[in-house]
Amino acid sequence: MRTNFLMLHTITRIVSFIILSFSIYLFFAGHNNPGGGFIGGLMTATALLLLYISFDIKKIKKAIPFDYSTIIAIGLLIAIVTGLNSLLFGDPFLTQYFEYYTVPVLGEIELTTALPFDLGIYLVVVAVALLSILTIAEDDS
Amino acid sequence: MTTLHYLVLAPFIMALLVPFIYKGFRHIHTGWFVLALPLILFIYLLSYLPIGGNTLNPEVMVVPWVPTLGINFAIYLDGLSLLFALLITGIGTLVVLYSIFYIANKKDEPLNNFYVYLMMFMGAMLGVVLSDNLMVIYVFWELTSLASALLIAYWFHKEKSRYGAQKSMLITVTGGFAMLAGFCLLYIITGSFSIQEIIAYFGQIDLTSEVLVIPAMLLILLGAFTKSAQFPFHIWLPDAMEAPTPVSAYLHSATMVKAGIYLVARFTPVFGGLPEWFWIITSFGLLTLIWGSISAVRQTDLKGILAFSTISQLGLIMALFGLGSASFIDNIAEVAIIAAIFHLINHATFKGSLFMVVGIVDHETGTRDIRKLGGLMSIMPITFTISIIGIASMAGLPPFNGFLSKEMFFTGVLDVASLNIFNIQTWGFLFPIVAWIASVFTFVYCMIMFFRTFTGKYQPEKLEKEAHEAPIGLLISPIVLASLVVIFGLFPNLLSYSMIEPALHAVLPYTVGLDNYINIYHWHGLNTELFMTIGVVLFGSLVFINLKRWQESTFFLHERDPLNRLYDGGLDGLVAGSQRVTNVQLTGLLRDYFVYMMVFMLILLGWTFFRYDAMQFNFTNVSEISPYLWIITLVLMATTISIPFIQHRVTSIIAVGVIGFLIALLFVVFRAPDLALTQLLVETVMVVLFLLCFYHLPELRKEKFKPKFRFTNLVISIGMGAIVTLLGFSAHAARHSLNFSPISQYFVENSKPLAGGYNMVNVILVDFRGLDTLLEVLVLGVAALGIVALIKLKMKEGQDV
Repeated sequence: MRTNFLMLHTITRIVSFIILSFSIYLFFAGHNNPGGGFIGGLMTATALLLLYISFDIKKIKKAIPFDYSTIIAIGLLIAIVTGLNSLLFGDPFLTQYFEYYTVPVLGEIELTTALPFDLGIYLVVVAVALLSILTIAEDDS
Repeated sequence: MTTLHYLVLAPFIMALLVPFIYKGFRHIHTGWFVLALPLILFIYLLSYLPIGGNTLNPEVMVVPWVPTLGINFAIYLDGLSLLFALLITGIGTLVVLYSIFYIANKKDEPLNNFYVYLMMFMGAMLGVVLSDNLMVIYVFWELTSLASALLIAYWFHKEKSRYGAQKSMLITVTGGFAMLAGFCLLYIITGSFSIQEIIAYFGQIDLTSEVLVIPAMLLILLGAFTKSAQFPFHIWLPDAMEAPTPVSAYLHSATMVKAGIYLVARFTPVFGGLPEWFWIITSFGLLTLIWGSISAVRQTDLKGILAFSTISQLGLIMALFGLGSASFIDNIAEVAIIAAIFHLINHATFKGSLFMVVGIVDHETGTRDIRKLGGLMSIMPITFTISIIGIASMAGLPPFNGFLSKEMFFTGVLDVASLNIFNIQTWGFLFPIVAWIASVFTFVYCMIMFFRTFTGKYQPEKLEKEAHEAPIGLLISPIVLASLVVIFGLFPNLLSYSMIEPALHAVLPYTVGLDNYINIYHWHGLNTELFMTIGVVLFGSLVFINLKRWQESTFFLHERDPLNRLYDGGLDGLVAGSQRVTNVQLTGLLRDYFVYMMVFMLILLGWTFFRYDAMQFNFTNVSEISPYLWIITLVLMATTISIPFIQHRVTSIIAVGVIGFLIALLFVVFRAPDLALTQLLVETVMVVLFLLCFYHLPELRKEKFKPKFRFTNLVISIGMGAIVTLLGFSAHAARHSLNFSPISQYFVENSKPLAGGYNMVNVILVDFRGLDTLLEVLVLGVAALGIVALIKLKMKEGQDV
């Protein structure tokens, strides 16, 4: 008998995107408000997990065709490269810089090197959470 | 950066380019491109030779590397470094040329690997001999070990190659570590890593007053002895012969194994004059000399003979440096140092040519076994001529350079044995005897090598290939070396002023009344040395003629060095032992691992409390506890206590979840939104994880434990709780009594001006403590990969990683 989780699927479709956008907000808000790469990453992971749980793994794998172990490496690389960047200016490893710019529509915005570093952290956290959970889930022995 | 700095770095740059050259010009042998580099370096270094009014003014040229620790890339070129640098680049050129013909450019031949390792070695070796800074020397020193192991395992599909590589690596790196410790001790004594500064410092102080001098000396000597294959560490060298012959000629006879000798020579101005230095180096050198020459006699592999011969000759040079260190007391011993330097050059020439000849024999006949060889004199006339020159020089026959240095060796031994210092009169009479016996055996193995290979009956049925003369390309390098043997033999004073004297000045800088006039000549009159040589020839021939009678004795049947048993047994024991230790602690039960961690923390924290009397209570300035907090904390405690009594898995999971959410609530009460958010998310993810694992887990069974086991667990858990609570109280109390200002104030003040963010927690994470975060996520990544490995590996019962 094929069960049809209509409610679950419909709600997941809406909710997971709300969580996803909230997680991205959290990621960017991190510098001045609660949030940041770690929290944002965990929230993204929960949103994706919701997708994996309510639909089956195969389907979502087709929709999100990422190899999470590569994403771990990419995240670490981004974090390390932003750290190395400061060596070019003669500062110690992982010195972060920030500068304020005025952009026509958005007004004054702040650009920091902490953001790409945080992006690295974000990616690693998402990938680690999903990789470990999916590996356990797929284990059918 | 001076030209000499680039000279050291050039081979490394070449090593980077080699793979591209190999890929880009596949049809041309990569060696041709590599060949240019050592040649250019050699010619450039020649310009430093003090000839034609040119004088060598050694000075330290510093490029800061880690200046705060006193580690600088400092180059110091004096006579000794120049001699070694010339050997490295000169022999290097010949070896590269030889390798072009030796290793054919076949499709599956990883030539790029070969030349990358070779260039890496050359750069590292140049770095060792040209650096003035001990830490830099150490780095390059280990790089040579690494390159050597990689080259030995060049044909890594052979079991013996891998064994030899591992052995050489383990032994030389162990010595290298000891040497590092010795360098650190020197730093503690002198406060400098610069050799020249250390020499200057040691010139001023009384050596016997420093306690650390002897340990530092012993550790450095351990490094030198392992690298230079001194007894009992020599066992790696015969196994290193699995490397391609060009490598053996280059690393394992001409250059790398002489790094230890270089180190001893370099440190002679530091430790020279100490009786311990004299006795240790002399006795180990002589022991190695005699052990190597006796072992060489019973080898059947041509390369094995050469390996043990190299060991014995290294012992000879080492002993000469030991004997020569007496010249800090009495300059009559100077001749030993001159002999050592001279023999160093001679050994590189004749041993290099012999290795290449053996390579040719191996290449053209397919075997190196002297039982299968014979009668090659007429088939390979050029090879024969080269090897007779090399062998005669090695045996110490006139008019070749080996004779000269052998005579000087006897002179040095006799002179030093007659000295009246360091209690030499008690055991000194042994020096000439050991030297003479070892020379007899040297003569015998030279005869074996010569007669078994080139005379006798040609046995084509035992050979894999039809023997014929080698192509001219293979012959060029040994011919060059053999002609050097002859030239240095006939005109030894070519070297006296250009190389030996500057090197002598580097080894003995402060000796008074240094004899500036070095004159090496053949005829000394009818003196003891000459009679010793005649005795060696006569007695050696006698032994060789009667060798057949002894060949069946047990001595001859044990070709392998008995010390190998010790090494193999030790290695097996180490592996088995560590496996046993690992198995004792790794039970596979998470519970046990928790116990280890907790007990460790308990002991550490408890001891610290006790040792520093840190336990304090002070409840001033404590804020009111609101009713909410009371409720949350009480519920939290109640849930925690209930967990061990829950029989059902789902219930316990829920209880753990309750704890997590309550802690999140606590964070909210304490106004820490970031922490609360993180905690909530972690709890959510945990729920999913538990859901998944739930499927795999067996029914929670009530385990029966012995009361003793339960009691220990109870003690540990209560102890842990108590210690953490006490830590909290004490930290609070110490804040008032010791008047610590909390570090949080710094972050409050600086998060905006220094890092441009208002959220302190996040600013700490990404900026102030960015490295911590980076390493934390690294740990996360490793853990995730560990989970993947654990699950995908699917090990069966009884299998081990």
